[in-house]
Amino acid sequence: MSAGSNSSGPNNGLNNRRSTVNRLSADNVTLAYDQRVIAEQLSVEIPDNSFTVIVGPNACGKSTLLRALSRMLKPSQGRVLLDGSVIQSMPAKKVARTLGLLPQSSIAPDGITVADLVGRGRYPHQGILRQWSTEDERVVQESMEQTGVAELADRYVDELSGGQRQRVWIAMALAQQTPLLLLDEPTTYLDIQHQIDVLDLCAELHEQQGRTLVAVLHDLNHAARYATHLIALRGGEIIAEGAPNDIVTAELVEEVFGLRCQVIDDPETGTPLVVPAARKARAGGKADVTKVAATEAS
Amino acid sequence: MKSDTKSASSSASGSASTSGAKAAGKDAGKASGKAHRAIRAIRAVRTPGGLSVRLDARALTAVVLLLLAALAASVLLIGTGDFPIAAGDVLRTLLGDGNAGQEFIVNELRLPRVLVGLLVGASLGLGGALFQALSRNPLGSPDILGLGQGATAGALVVIVLFSGDAGEVTAGALLGGLATGLAIYLLAWKRGVHGYRLVLVGIGMSAIMTAVNGYLLTKADLFDAARAVVWMTGSLSGSDWDQVTPLAALCVILVPLVLGNARALRMMEMGDDVSYALGVRVERVRMLLMLAAVLLTAAATAAAGPVSFVALTAPQLARRLTRSPGPNLLPSLCMGAALLVTADWVSQRVFGADQMPVGVVTGVLGGVYLLWLLVTERKAGRI
Repeated sequence: MSAGSNSSGPNNGLNNRRSTVNRLSADNVTLAYDQRVIAEQLSVEIPDNSFTVIVGPNACGKSTLLRALSRMLKPSQGRVLLDGSVIQSMPAKKVARTLGLLPQSSIAPDGITVADLVGRGRYPHQGILRQWSTEDERVVQESMEQTGVAELADRYVDELSGGQRQRVWIAMALAQQTPLLLLDEPTTYLDIQHQIDVLDLCAELHEQQGRTLVAVLHDLNHAARYATHLIALRGGEIIAEGAPNDIVTAELVEEVFGLRCQVIDDPETGTPLVVPAARKARAGGKADVTKVAATEAS
Repeated sequence: MKSDTKSASSSASGSASTSGAKAAGKDAGKASGKAHRAIRAIRAVRTPGGLSVRLDARALTAVVLLLLAALAASVLLIGTGDFPIAAGDVLRTLLGDGNAGQEFIVNELRLPRVLVGLLVGASLGLGGALFQALSRNPLGSPDILGLGQGATAGALVVIVLFSGDAGEVTAGALLGGLATGLAIYLLAWKRGVHGYRLVLVGIGMSAIMTAVNGYLLTKADLFDAARAVVWMTGSLSGSDWDQVTPLAALCVILVPLVLGNARALRMMEMGDDVSYALGVRVERVRMLLMLAAVLLTAAATAAAGPVSFVALTAPQLARRLTRSPGPNLLPSLCMGAALLVTADWVSQRVFGADQMPVGVVTGVLGGVYLLWLLVTERKAGRI
């Protein structure tokens, strides 16, 4: 909550450029599961009010990075900073009021209704004697309306379609009312219509409410179309970052994904559109066949 | 219950994604009973100062009814035995207004037994609900996980190898249960893995402990073996005030602690990641609640022997009464108490005083229920 006041800060020295201090950043983090190191000495800044999308081939560490940014994975070295504090040292509920996360795997309890599930997003705002305020009720209703699931409020989550269910989970994350929202592959398992639907919703949340969004996406074209800030990862290293129009080139795609392609302008939006080279062209070229196969398998 | 519903129910089938909401309206369509809409009434009680408490009308009703049932069964149970006492006299005596003979029978002989029954049932019901919620699996209950067998092994070691007295047997059972709980935690839970892995490890532990128990029984002489078998079936007979006090003390400490974490546990149903994101300190809550569950189960087993299947069935039955998602902790606790005392009363009415240990009755009822659960879970694709 301190980010709003920029009068004083840890580095109010000579040239205090307030735009350089972002609310969420990773500072030289080494990320590992047990002994398996995913990324070393990685530093990432999430620009405030951006829709940041992290892309990269499978196992490049993009979900791991998101887990670290949401303090679910403790870096073995370095630190993740939220509003200037090390995220692990902050009270859990306070973090949960600032930073929301929509994980890949979540379980809808048996027999829970949409309104109940969305209501659970209010947990960090509640206490044992403040279990269900009028404010909670209002925010839940609002979140359901924003995501277009208000009509489903009394339906059981089990019986919704995949697209509806994802909207319900997003509504739950919205009810948390966090200025920062992290989404781990929010479009996985959805058909193309619902993928676009979910991404449109994300863009709305970003544009209309000024929330900072960070998403991991598989589809490079979706990423280029929706992101305001793109981070391309490979092998736990940032290969490029910036606005999609500035950084997405055929060379970058080949470097990151090992895929030969053309990058053209998206006829709808003018954003970069990646068109993979035809199979013959790729086979004739020097592209590593196994690498290409690995990418296609994703 | 339909009168206090917040929302009408939609027709059962074919309400596709878009149409569902409009069809709901005021009229419930065909009264087909297979309503897909939730029939729930959750209200919040709010004070002007900004405090609010969430009340689930149906769960509250269930708790009250179960408490009344437990009370009624207790009164009947106190009245049952070689010297039957009418329910009215039992109540009068409990309120301190009976004659000397009845007072002795009620307060010294039968009341402690009933209290142990209530406390054991409550502990098993709550412990079972905790285990099932933490493992997110109805089969992840102490009966299946071998905690009962572990406690039995502890008790048998004391009986067979040391010929210990009742107090030492209780301590042995408690230690056995705790050690088993710790072993299961280390083997199955260290990296936050749940569900199948826990159940499978539990089944393994259970098999090992059963083998140990069998071995101990063959080593025992006839007197010890008879004593051990009675203990192993789970019986309330011979319960006295010495067993009531420690169990009651444990419940007084653990029940508020557990209920205080109920909201966090409800979040954990949705997976570790979601609960982390919502600000639940998952590992801490899990450790605390698991320890509480093991303590409750082990203490109950130490007091009455492994009364089978109460921990498995009580939470499931409670859930069917409240129709509420979530761990249903308080309803499970009340259900456990009501179940155990009722089972004890049934066994005494049908088979005569102290002829049939209560564990046999709960075992038969619970076994049938387990079969039913396995069949339906299979249909639901979870096994």
